[in-house]
Amino acid sequence: MAKTNYESVIILTPVLSEKMLSDAVDSYKKLITGNGGELIHEENWGLTKLAYPIQKKNTGFYQIFEFAAEPDAEIVDILELAYRRDEQVLRYLSIKLDKHAVIYNERRRNGAFNKPKSEKPTEAKPVEAKTAEPTPAPVEVKETKSEEEE
Amino acid sequence: MAKRNNYRFKKAPIVRAKKYCRFKKSGIKYIDYKNPDFLMPFINEQGKLLPRRITGTSLKYQRKVAVAVKRCRHIALLPYVADQMK
Repeated sequence: MAKTNYESVIILTPVLSEKMLSDAVDSYKKLITGNGGELIHEENWGLTKLAYPIQKKNTGFYQIFEFAAEPDAEIVDILELAYRRDEQVLRYLSIKLDKHAVIYNERRRNGAFNKPKSEKPTEAKPVEAKTAEPTPAPVEVKETKSEEEE
Repeated sequence: MAKRNNYRFKKAPIVRAKKYCRFKKSGIKYIDYKNPDFLMPFINEQGKLLPRRITGTSLKYQRKVAVAVKRCRHIALLPYVADQMK
């Protein structure tokens, strides 16, 4: 059976030290690979401002995993159970990627959407994005976060 | 007499640029929920979704926009409620 691609975004508490953060991320990576998942990509946005407070915290560490697994492997259930048990995780979101999303993520990884990094939207940004869109190349305007290189 | 009056008060048609679906036009197949800047044109300053009749998005992509905005809100990249966000 063909493998399905999943994407999982978690927000970790900002009170973590660097060591604890990498420990937490490593444990989830192990969980993914240990349950028959194949880690395709991971991304760390670093400390990012939240749009609204979660558990009275205004910032959080964003961590994104993209992995492929058998659709009947229940890997997402296992992962989400671990997220729920972990008090360091403020918020999580796991989604199944369709074929367009897989292509999009691949292009994003390869830097097809190169734009100067800006974590927070500035006032002029949306307008720029709007005008830049109908270019002949079907490129969705997307900035790549520079933290992913870290 | 009535006929002439009707004729006189007939409004001139307002010519507007035809709306188009920007996803169809630029060939975007997948809407990334992790990019709040990209979703900004589809929400108003309170953070609510704009209707199709304003943005011109086709039904197929409006559904995808809605899902993307909701996911974006969940991971706290867009607010659920806001007063002045633009």
